[in-house]
Amino acid sequence: MNRRLYDKLIFEHSRPGRSGYSLPRNDFDRHVGELPESCRRQEPPALPEVDEPTVVRHYTNSSTNNFGVDTGFYPLGSCTMKYNPKINDALAASRSIAALHPFQPAETVQGALEIYWELQRALSEIGGMAEFTLNPFAGAHGELTGLLVIKAYHLSRQDAGRDTVLVPDSAHGTNPASAAVAGFKVVEVKSLADGTVDVDDLRSKLNDSVAAMMMTNPNTVGMFEKNIPAIAKLVHEAGGLMYYDGANLNPMLGIARPGDMGFDVMHINLHKTFSTPHGGGGPGAGPVGVRKGLEPFLPNPRVVKKDDGTFDVAFDNTSLGRISGWLGNFTIYIRALAYILSLGSENLAKVGPLATLNANYVLNRLKDLYLLPIPGPCKHEFVFDGLKDKSTGVSTLNVAKRLLDFGFHAPTIYFPLLFHESLMIEPTETESRETLDSFIEAMRRIAEEAAKTPDVVKEAPHDTPVSHPDDTEAALHPITSWQDLCAAQK
Amino acid sequence: MSDHRYFPHTPEDVSDMLKACGAVSLDDLYSDVPEDLRLRNPYALPAEMSEKELRDYFDKLGDKNRRMVCFAGGGYYDHYTPAVVDAILSRSEFLTAYTPYQPEISQGTLQYIFEYQSMMCALTGMEISNASMYDGATATAEAMIMAVNSARKKRRVLVSATLNPAVAEVISTYARYHNVAVEVIPEHEGVTDRAEFEAMMGAGDIAGVIVGYPNYYGIVEPYDGWADVCHASKALFIMNCQASTLGVLRAPASLGADIVCGDAQSLGMPLNYGGPYLGYMCTTKALMRKLPGRIVGATTDRNGQRVFVLTLQAREQHIRREKATSNICSNQGLMALHTAVYLSLVGAKGLKEINDLGYGGLRYLADGLTATGRMHLKYPERPFINEALFVVDDPLTTDMVLKATAAEGILAGVKVDENEILVAVTEMQTKADMDRYVSIIKNIEL
Repeated sequence: MNRRLYDKLIFEHSRPGRSGYSLPRNDFDRHVGELPESCRRQEPPALPEVDEPTVVRHYTNSSTNNFGVDTGFYPLGSCTMKYNPKINDALAASRSIAALHPFQPAETVQGALEIYWELQRALSEIGGMAEFTLNPFAGAHGELTGLLVIKAYHLSRQDAGRDTVLVPDSAHGTNPASAAVAGFKVVEVKSLADGTVDVDDLRSKLNDSVAAMMMTNPNTVGMFEKNIPAIAKLVHEAGGLMYYDGANLNPMLGIARPGDMGFDVMHINLHKTFSTPHGGGGPGAGPVGVRKGLEPFLPNPRVVKKDDGTFDVAFDNTSLGRISGWLGNFTIYIRALAYILSLGSENLAKVGPLATLNANYVLNRLKDLYLLPIPGPCKHEFVFDGLKDKSTGVSTLNVAKRLLDFGFHAPTIYFPLLFHESLMIEPTETESRETLDSFIEAMRRIAEEAAKTPDVVKEAPHDTPVSHPDDTEAALHPITSWQDLCAAQK
Repeated sequence: MSDHRYFPHTPEDVSDMLKACGAVSLDDLYSDVPEDLRLRNPYALPAEMSEKELRDYFDKLGDKNRRMVCFAGGGYYDHYTPAVVDAILSRSEFLTAYTPYQPEISQGTLQYIFEYQSMMCALTGMEISNASMYDGATATAEAMIMAVNSARKKRRVLVSATLNPAVAEVISTYARYHNVAVEVIPEHEGVTDRAEFEAMMGAGDIAGVIVGYPNYYGIVEPYDGWADVCHASKALFIMNCQASTLGVLRAPASLGADIVCGDAQSLGMPLNYGGPYLGYMCTTKALMRKLPGRIVGATTDRNGQRVFVLTLQAREQHIRREKATSNICSNQGLMALHTAVYLSLVGAKGLKEINDLGYGGLRYLADGLTATGRMHLKYPERPFINEALFVVDDPLTTDMVLKATAAEGILAGVKVDENEILVAVTEMQTKADMDRYVSIIKNIEL
């Protein structure tokens, strides 16, 4: 990444009179100018005026300022940045799907509905659930949807007093945020020293106001919650349901299913475990699965298979309602189904063990230099609490930034909140031993630098096109548009 | 261990790596998973497919879909996607990146989000845009929550009866479980009833008012003065707008909107049977810190050069947890890139031409359909833009119209009820398509 920054904005390429589009000839007599003046814009919107070659060169240059999974290793904990297969993108670009309007009659979209149905069935098998909805747009949206299923379930039993959701203190930030959006109170459950849920603390917080317990397993420190059967039993006895945050599902492929662990409702991030691209922050997909008995509460619309083997889109009265305009981010489903079929039953079961092997390999080769607060073996990811040698003054942030100089994306930092200097590493199964070795070598060299020349680490990154952006200034005097920039320059 | 092309591990790698972990088998790494929780049987899923087999499988499924000439709208419109958009979106530096948490190696993503935000501000006239929401329906539901959170104790929201019903349903879902009461402002001849609106505002405990622009029937409602009525009661005025039409319609900011949100699908996003699309959300500087989702800001780096970063993060779930403005994390990042590239190519002039094609086409089609004596515009006197509500005259029914046109590969519109259909026109349908539509209607045997 050591090159000059391409930093022009498309607005700075704009010249009056240029354009980059082509449209069919207009041979109609009437035009928008007939609308009453009070309805119409008096000034055109201040969009750039640019020709096609300039647009292409601008965005291509801009893309080279970016780091993706195709560029290099992305050990971002809890994000499962695995390889995004190209065949999936090729299939998702299908013209036979691109043209389909969501409100086309079901008999004209049987192929699309079959894709939805098949993926829904495959995820049910992998999750150990009775049925899935694919409608939620992302993981957090899946959490919200799953919690609304739980709310609808309790309400259907006239059990309206359940207004609390329990969340471990190690949970992803979206868990408590989703519970709040779903209208629940959030109560934290403490973790033990090994990062797993403190069952005694849980017991003390269980009562008839608890609607659900949200957990991820393995949890965010990469440990399998081995007390999960006991936890599920306790929560169920108190009348609550168990929610599985599928952000960490990857290491469980081929090992165990959330449904068999006692979870009632779960979501899956297709953009993590099922290899669909993150797209710089979406579009993802957060399908939600439920155990038998909870299907009636899934959101509308639903894809159903009729007795004659054809598919239909249905709206159900018992549903929690509608949580999306239509059936969600459809082309993401094509990619996820293609991934499942590319691997097949047998190889899908190897994903978990290989991801876990990669994580443990990195853990074991670095634990002499980085502080491992919770001993392994870990699952898909693990957390260091910064460098082992605390005398150097080199922080987790410094280590993360120095890694950029060596051509790696940084791990997740300062999460989970259980440790001060959390450095969370998730290598995924698609990384080769050579890649892991070069990452390990960089991490070891950083530890050595921290001891010998700490300023080199503290001043990092040195080799990126951008260095030490002023975040404080950005938040203090927000400039969030070209219009703001122009005003600031005046 | 495996010879699948997605796994780099050779058997030697696996045994060496296990050794480094002090383990003998992969199973040793799972000794903490109780036996009775273990997967007992292989997944009941198909065996691995080769790429060729995969293509055949999806081709076959593709053949079960029918591509139609699309006069359906109802919130989603058949617009052309320039080839440049697909080419840029498929650049893997953009496609395979995560959320830009590390600005040093994410300037590409951060910059296009900044450009996207700027363009949405230009279209809506608003002061600030976030980096995107999921879709237009969820964006509007989040706007409702934003109004309630801004108002503190007020928990009533008004929604116009002319708002897209799918959007209204999603608002209801979010509201029901968020303890917010949603009341509907009735419709009067295709537009929101102003007298009813003012009467309902009288109670004074309304947190926000949500209207459609253009509304569900394609009508451009006159919202002059509505914001003042809202502001007099300290309620937010929220406009759900179809993005493409903002290229020619009066900017919502000039009508005093506090939040402008909706779907940007109409900016050339392929229909793709429902997604991915993009929900956008813009507001005023005064409400900036209540905005959900990610926001990109400009700043400078150590070398004094202009750079972009995620900013105002104290609003977000990863910092504020249950006190965040929303639970949103992943959004529709790549579709913000789509929007930025599309609007760079098309510009204000292209948007005007696209709207002229839709408007001119719809007027042409309406004349043709009316001349059959079998269909007519329900609200001919109202200003509509590229979609309109038609009455299907007895004994003809909406289903008969849909069936007869479908037989000729035409999707006639969106059924509203037995005798009403919404018809939309964009730059995608030709005059010949419209002539064919009219002739099918004329020739339906009654």
